[in-house]
Amino acid sequence: MAADQGDPNHQDPNRRDFIHIAAGAAAVGAGAMAAWPLINSMNPAADTLALSTIEFDLTKVQEGQQVVIKWQGKPVFVRYRTPAEIEQARSVSMGALKDPQSDAERVKDGHQQYLVVIGSCTHLGCVPTFGSGDFGGWFCPCHGSHYDTSGRIRKGPAPINLVVPTYEYVSDTRVKIG
Amino acid sequence: MSDHESTYVPKTGIEKWFDSRLPIIRFGADYMSLPTPKNLNYWWTFGGILALCLVIQIATGVILAMHYVPNTELAFASVERIMRDVNGGDLIRYTHANGASMFFIAVYLHMLRGLYYGSYKAPREMIWIIGCVIFFLMIATAFLGYVLPWGQMSFWGAEVITNLIGAVPVVGEPILIWLRGGPAIDNATLNRFFSLHYLLPFVIAGCVVLHLWALHHAGQNNPVGILIPKDRQKKDTVPFHPYFTVKDGFAIILFLIMFAWFVFFMPNALGHADNYIPANALQTPAHIVPEWYMLPFYAILRAIPDKFGGVVAMFAAIGVLFVLPWLDTSKVRSMRYRPTMRTFFIIFVLVGMGLGWCGAQLPDAQVVPGMPSFTLFDGQLNSYLWLTRLLTAYYFLFFLVLMPLVGLRETPRPIPATISEPVLPTVDDPLGAGSSEQKG
Repeated sequence: MAADQGDPNHQDPNRRDFIHIAAGAAAVGAGAMAAWPLINSMNPAADTLALSTIEFDLTKVQEGQQVVIKWQGKPVFVRYRTPAEIEQARSVSMGALKDPQSDAERVKDGHQQYLVVIGSCTHLGCVPTFGSGDFGGWFCPCHGSHYDTSGRIRKGPAPINLVVPTYEYVSDTRVKIG
Repeated sequence: MSDHESTYVPKTGIEKWFDSRLPIIRFGADYMSLPTPKNLNYWWTFGGILALCLVIQIATGVILAMHYVPNTELAFASVERIMRDVNGGDLIRYTHANGASMFFIAVYLHMLRGLYYGSYKAPREMIWIIGCVIFFLMIATAFLGYVLPWGQMSFWGAEVITNLIGAVPVVGEPILIWLRGGPAIDNATLNRFFSLHYLLPFVIAGCVVLHLWALHHAGQNNPVGILIPKDRQKKDTVPFHPYFTVKDGFAIILFLIMFAWFVFFMPNALGHADNYIPANALQTPAHIVPEWYMLPFYAILRAIPDKFGGVVAMFAAIGVLFVLPWLDTSKVRSMRYRPTMRTFFIIFVLVGMGLGWCGAQLPDAQVVPGMPSFTLFDGQLNSYLWLTRLLTAYYFLFFLVLMPLVGLRETPRPIPATISEPVLPTVDDPLGAGSSEQKG
């Protein structure tokens, strides 16, 4: 090989291949780096992310009533459950649940009458309606998912329970969602 | 066809000037004189009709974009303004909205034509695959466009369809947020949908160029399905113009009559009343249904009890079309000579329409009202759920089992040696070249 270096007509194929591959890889890398800011710009903007918490006054809800509030563009159900509904939710055996979770895990201690869940069906995001369905809770009109009085999926295509958002009691009658 | 010699001779000075610089006139002239199989029937006119549909959608769409405002606060009102205040705006919007439906009527017929006459088989696989890409882009474009008026169906259609992506394990949720530009469907979503709805038709137009390039390289299929041998080119083909410009033109006129009928006399017949209610993120309409052209795929989505499984099945229903050239084992292209496959094809067409019907019904509703049945696994047997599952099974069976199996096991009918033979068997002896000229 060394003897060939002096020959002006000799082209080392390995060296030429390396230059091609290196140049190609650099072009692809540069293309990806140029594309990334464009792709990333489609992620949520700062002002969208800023709308991340809201507070809600629970005294607005009467027993047996549900209030729908908008949080991050999504509906949130705040339901003041009747003792019968709580009893119904707590008497279910874990074996009957598709996504096993006890009712106590889905509410805050001492506030078990208030159920706070994101009102988007976990199937494809429709808003379920309360009072219809086979389990005393919500029913999603789009593809027929049934939820119980704890917002747990009982029948239909939805894979998981209605999501309980991160929230805390800032006072006895006020919650902060988000 | 691929070996089509240019017969164009530039005559005027301007033509000669162009011909040695940019031979665009030659390109057009060659296109018009393309040798075309003389036995093409009216099922072959949908290519021209589809080209016109794309032009109509782009022309009306560009104008609508001048009046439309892609903002969640203003979009619905801007569409109403187009309908009430913009000069001729109602006509332009109704043409654009019904134009989408007309586009899909034509594309479904065009695809079924290809399926029946084996137009996807060698050497035309690339024509078919690019066609499938165009079909997929059409679905995407139609969906994006349907969201723009920001009515209830727009909003909840967007919600449901984007959630399909959220069903993908692990990466689904971040992709969903990226796609929507926020935690929920909102202004960011509407803006990007508008941008993409404007972009994709031009991507489709680019794909149409590739589709035609591949078509003219491999040569057109024909109802008999045989390749035209070189020595039969003169006898079995006619120039595209005037023979097929006139035939396509006549079909286009009939098609435009139907188009105009919808636009002028029943412009909302194919739409949903709920989309005239402004979008409300807190309330879902009682019954969400996509536009009619998506219903078969929507039915397949709902047939599967698992969320991700349903999404996979729906995309597989379109994906299976891409590999069709390799699923069909038959050497015979046209189903005219494949009586067994023809029967399965007719059932397939009916199943496709059945799936469309099922997609518009509530899954729990009874198919035969009042007929008692029993619960099978997760639903009543006498329900659209189980009818949809039955039809979905046939849809996949047709491509994945019948296509490979029937091709190997059937006995096709004898195939004519030339495309003239079925019509002129005595006059046109395939070996006696020139005999028809002597008699005719």
